[in-house]
Amino acid sequence: MMSASTIQLYCLVAPIVAVVLIVTVGRVFPILYETINASVAVITFLLTLSLYSALGEGTIESMVLFEPFAGVSIALQAEPLGILFAMMASFLWIITSIYSFGYMRGHGETNLARFNIFFAIAISSAMGIALAANGFTLFLFYEVLTLSTFPLVTHAGSDKARRAGRIYLFLLLGTSVGMLLLALIWTWILTGTLDFRAGGILDGDISKTTLNILLVLYVFGIGKAALMPFHRWLPAAMVAPTPVSALLHAVAVVKAGVFSILKVSIYIFGIDLLQELEVHRYLAYAAAFTIVATAIIALRKDNLKARLAYSTIGQLSYIVLGALVANAAGIVGGGLHMLMHGFGKITLFFGAGAILVATHKTEISQMRGIGRRMPVTMITFLIGSIVIVGAPPTGGMWSKWNLLLGAANTTDWLLLAALIVGSLLSALYLLPIAVRAFYHSPDDGNETIKEAPVSILIALIISAAGCIILFFAPDFAFDLMNMITSSE
Amino acid sequence: MLSLHLSALQVVIPLLAAPLCAIIRIPGVTWLIALAVGIASSINSIAILLHINRFGEIVYSLGGWAAPFGIEYRIDSANALILLIISFIYLLGIIYAPASIKTEVPEKSQGWLYTAWILCFTGLSGITISGDVFNVFVFLEVSSLSTYILISFGQDKRCLTAAFRYLVMGTIAATFYLVGIGFLYSLTGTLNMADLAQRLPDLISQNTVAVAFGFVIVGLAIKMALFPFHAWLPNAYAYAPNAVTAFLAGTATKAAVYVFIRLTFEVFPEDYFSGFTSSHHIILAVGIFSAVITSAIAIFQDDLKRLFAWSSIGQIGYIAVGVGLASTAGVAASFLHLFNHSIMKTAIFMAIGGLFFVTGSTTTAALKNAGRRMPWTMAAILIGGLSLIGVPFTTGFISKWYLVSASLEQNFWWLAGLILLGSLVTAAYVWKIVEIAYFRKDPNVKVVRQEAPLSLLIPTWILVVANIYFGVDARFSGSMATQAANTILGVSP
Repeated sequence: MMSASTIQLYCLVAPIVAVVLIVTVGRVFPILYETINASVAVITFLLTLSLYSALGEGTIESMVLFEPFAGVSIALQAEPLGILFAMMASFLWIITSIYSFGYMRGHGETNLARFNIFFAIAISSAMGIALAANGFTLFLFYEVLTLSTFPLVTHAGSDKARRAGRIYLFLLLGTSVGMLLLALIWTWILTGTLDFRAGGILDGDISKTTLNILLVLYVFGIGKAALMPFHRWLPAAMVAPTPVSALLHAVAVVKAGVFSILKVSIYIFGIDLLQELEVHRYLAYAAAFTIVATAIIALRKDNLKARLAYSTIGQLSYIVLGALVANAAGIVGGGLHMLMHGFGKITLFFGAGAILVATHKTEISQMRGIGRRMPVTMITFLIGSIVIVGAPPTGGMWSKWNLLLGAANTTDWLLLAALIVGSLLSALYLLPIAVRAFYHSPDDGNETIKEAPVSILIALIISAAGCIILFFAPDFAFDLMNMITSSE
Repeated sequence: MLSLHLSALQVVIPLLAAPLCAIIRIPGVTWLIALAVGIASSINSIAILLHINRFGEIVYSLGGWAAPFGIEYRIDSANALILLIISFIYLLGIIYAPASIKTEVPEKSQGWLYTAWILCFTGLSGITISGDVFNVFVFLEVSSLSTYILISFGQDKRCLTAAFRYLVMGTIAATFYLVGIGFLYSLTGTLNMADLAQRLPDLISQNTVAVAFGFVIVGLAIKMALFPFHAWLPNAYAYAPNAVTAFLAGTATKAAVYVFIRLTFEVFPEDYFSGFTSSHHIILAVGIFSAVITSAIAIFQDDLKRLFAWSSIGQIGYIAVGVGLASTAGVAASFLHLFNHSIMKTAIFMAIGGLFFVTGSTTTAALKNAGRRMPWTMAAILIGGLSLIGVPFTTGFISKWYLVSASLEQNFWWLAGLILLGSLVTAAYVWKIVEIAYFRKDPNVKVVRQEAPLSLLIPTWILVVANIYFGVDARFSGSMATQAANTILGVSP
């Protein structure tokens, strides 16, 4: 019987095993790349499940891997939020691998070995972020995630990809090195530790000015949360193949961003301290602004992937806002939305990729009546859209509901209004796509069914089913998040 | 006591080997001698380090003559660390050399090259272990003169002007330093560091001390290529043979930095540097300014060797920042970065040598397709570059962490911000290289895998692995650096 503490390490090691297998077995049988990744993903998911069940029996012991220098360690310790993230990331990795089998080969992409290797490394670092026991470890894996996704974003190798990669790297490295690292070292100097502890490690003895500055540095320094004005990298990264978009928007990258923000709010500052800091309100306004502004931009985008990208930025700010309103409902809503948005957005991106593979269409205006040709794709697309809007029967309802509750508790009506307007606008920019796909007939009158390859359809159906299952069975996620808020 | 003679061996072995090489001059044989010197010195430097960790400081009077008259070697954890760096970089440089030099230096002069190289190593070792300031001068000259020769072995004719330029600057530096210690001698009647440290506190108010201090600092600043005395370095690095550049990048400026730290914090009275003259502010300001500016200049270089030469000046800036903080944490950060920077920069220059071996050029244009053509060489440059930026799991990250926490410790948050800003400027020049190597494709050329020979790749990759190893497990380097800083600043740990 493995102890829960070692399982944490296996979660990181498993994806690396996939890398080794791809390099060895895959060299002989290139057809197996995705199969290797998918099987390892299943194992990783099972490992995170066992962490989840171990959590029911009490706190999981931390595991120290290295102590690079005195006082700072690379250590893992699974706590509820991290387990939620790890479970989500590994599960979505399974379906992304299934999907990318159909997509990458159907779309005639090259350099598949490199692609699958860096994908697995990215997942390993996402696991490292999820299970990090302290800010130092989180930062290490955060940077590895940035670097390992760079070759994925620039996969095409074209000039456009190169430019996108440059924006991607400089915004993410710039914010993390310039602000996040500074904030972490500063915290370390002030408190002598970077461990994530319930109730936070910063306390009221430190001057309020310093704490306010620190909070700003953290929130903007975690560039993966894409709070405006550091959001440009996400639309730029659209040039990447669709499975990479799924990785960025749903599985790992942006989720690592909002996860880190939640983590910092809960375990470095602590909700109570956050409440006392004047600046948390202004940062919440920044998030509210991002929500509304990106929704308006999304409305005006005709390119489907671009519209989805701006939608993601807005939805991330929901989670940031949930963390910054600093109350139990907000935190629960934030954690849930991380999960729900993951399922919703991956379905949407899978849909966009399916359309691209089957019909080579990228613009929304060309997609009239496409539902008659690709019914499965567009029905799942509709389900994904409903998650983002936050309506039943999808899991999106639970998270939006709690986020609204959290905002209402602050009695700051401006925040509440921003959340509601944001959701309404998201209905406006997403639902018409699916509706027009079915109600109009195709421009060329061709109504024969031509769906994307089977593996793409399987992935779409699983993720859409997930969206609905999470409506009926969100209990495990609620339990996890309640563990955090009750221990506060 | 044999163990005490260890310190003498560090200088005596290469000093005897050099004339031997000059007499023999057969390339293969001289290389073997140089290699033997490297192996012996590396083992010796480890022995010294172990000895010091167990028994403390080594004080050794050469030939049995006691301190005020004889030559004294004095080694504690600070110079033992530097000695270790210099010896190992030298050893790896020599292992790397034959294949690299073959393409650049005519066979008949190779014997001379190894002679000069061994002499240069003698000088650097001597600077590091000397316990008296005049001896430092002598070895400084030994290392400088041999460096001029080494640079002039370059393939490009312009190496001669580069060497001459360095000669002029180096001579000025040596003169400044000599004038400085002359003043000190006239005041105190001694050249021994320990004696100076004892006598100077009583004379602290004398202007002569201040003048001596100024001369010494400027002299050393030139040798360590601290901005604005850096002008000799880019050409010297760019035109020297690749193997020599790799060696110089890891060692030449490092010994001078060490002497700088030793003199300012230990030989001159406590707080003289930071309190009485407040000159640490100048060093701090100059350091951070040059770290940012010279990194920006590096972006615009089209020759890789020159680009990374500018980068070296910037990294010296970071080291100066640590010195300028004038705290144990700051000096520890400087020592740590000395160690880390030697590893990463030597690895980069070795990889560039590999690139030259295959493509015959070190311009950025030679990098086209290099990502596919020579993946191992390019990966070495990439990892070295990431380390310069300070990406986690490389030594550069550990350095940044130490330096930023040292500046935050004194509440210099603006300085911490600037240090991290410097990282981003560094990212700009590193990324320029990455984009050319991995993205700039020539569709007409079919890329054939054409890697540098193993004799170049192995030493390079030893350093690349060390770069990652010490980036993950920094207990050795970190504690050595802290111990070195504690020793020099006289703080009991």
